[in-house]
Amino acid sequence: MNNERQQLNRQLAQMLKGGVIMDVTTPEQARIAEEAGACAVMALERIPADIRAAGGVSRMSDPKMIRGIQEAVSIPVMAKCRIGHIAEAQILQAIEIDYIDESEVLSPADNINHIDKSMFDVPFVCGAKNLGEALRRIAEGATMIRTKGEPGTGDVVQAVSHMRLMQSEIRRLSAMSPDELYEAAKQLQAPYELVRWVHDNGRLPVVNFAAGGVATPADAALMMQLGAEGVFVGSGIFKSGNPAKRAAAIVKAVTNYRDAKMLAELSEDLGEAMVGINEQEIELLMAERGK
Amino acid sequence: MALQGAFIEHEAMLRRLGADCFEVRQASDWDRPKDGLILPGGESTVQRRLLDDLGLFGAVRRDILAGLPVLGTCAGMILLSEEHLATMHMRVRRNAYGRQLGSFHTEDRVEGIGEDVPMTFIRAPYIEETQSEACQAIARVDGNIVAAREGKQIATAFHPELDGDTRIHEAFLALVSE
Repeated sequence: MNNERQQLNRQLAQMLKGGVIMDVTTPEQARIAEEAGACAVMALERIPADIRAAGGVSRMSDPKMIRGIQEAVSIPVMAKCRIGHIAEAQILQAIEIDYIDESEVLSPADNINHIDKSMFDVPFVCGAKNLGEALRRIAEGATMIRTKGEPGTGDVVQAVSHMRLMQSEIRRLSAMSPDELYEAAKQLQAPYELVRWVHDNGRLPVVNFAAGGVATPADAALMMQLGAEGVFVGSGIFKSGNPAKRAAAIVKAVTNYRDAKMLAELSEDLGEAMVGINEQEIELLMAERGK
Repeated sequence: MALQGAFIEHEAMLRRLGADCFEVRQASDWDRPKDGLILPGGESTVQRRLLDDLGLFGAVRRDILAGLPVLGTCAGMILLSEEHLATMHMRVRRNAYGRQLGSFHTEDRVEGIGEDVPMTFIRAPYIEETQSEACQAIARVDGNIVAAREGKQIATAFHPELDGDTRIHEAFLALVSE
């Protein structure tokens, strides 16, 4: 991937800012998401809550199913490949996906290496729990970052921890004197050039979204107030009682995340939220996959 | 207009040129005094839905028709076209260059602005047809219209807010101070 392509891929993420990216499993759900105001959809065979329930190995979705969703909507379509699965990423690039999510939600294909994303023309988004992980993924060529959160739980606590940690690490770097950045890079296990960039600019060099456990308009507003530039909602929408209404409410909550009166109205009568599992009750911590 | 998309980039550009601005996120913001409007890039389906749901669509259309200067980029251009606000007489084709692999960067001439204007196209639209003498094509790339002007409205299929070149924003601010 040349520099211009990487720049264009970062810029596509900029266009998604202030928006909500929704997990969908069928063309019908994709249309509901687009109609409700999703700025992109993530096409996958099973949403994280069901992956969690089903257990076993989870893989990239059937390309035919992804194509069906590409044909159903005009907004960007993303899809997930397994961490380190170069061939799945090549397949997704071949069907001209708009963004690949190298995702811990699927079973990892490589326990050590992530995909060298700089070898691809299509853009990649990757999850991160902290600044070091985010900068390592960016060094590998990711052009968008999201918190890992804990997918499929409806529990926002991990997304909050990851976003807070990333923001406080960025603030800490910004306050350092330039000669301390070499040691900081060593501790973060990230390239010095990227550490230096964050120090100089006070933010990540790519767009940073919240993901993993967002289920309500209030959750989305919380993540935006903590510094997210947009929100992924996975299981939260199509595992709830009234997906169309909840989706539209979350979209509006992201635009007006500081207006508590509007958030109160948006939170009314949404029907049943996804049931949710507490982080302590689950056996599989997806966020621990891929560091 | 700060409903969704790349509005912060436009704000940075305006501040660089010494212009004040504020974000419009809901109907009450629209009541504040203003001399111009920027409709940013992003997803036009999302922005249209929010313009409707937040009760902004009618007021925005009325003020543009009454002469409020506008710069619309990418999704913003789509919103100005016949299918949406219909304040510019043009028909726009969405995702005209296909998916993200079709996104590209080039430099070309914009009439009334100058030569070698940087143009970044992200899943961009282009103008299929201008439908009135009033709506003038001011830039073409590979034969397709990628920018137009009608009265105090400027529309670009590309993203002047993403490159360092300030000429498009200067032209917009000139309309604002007229």
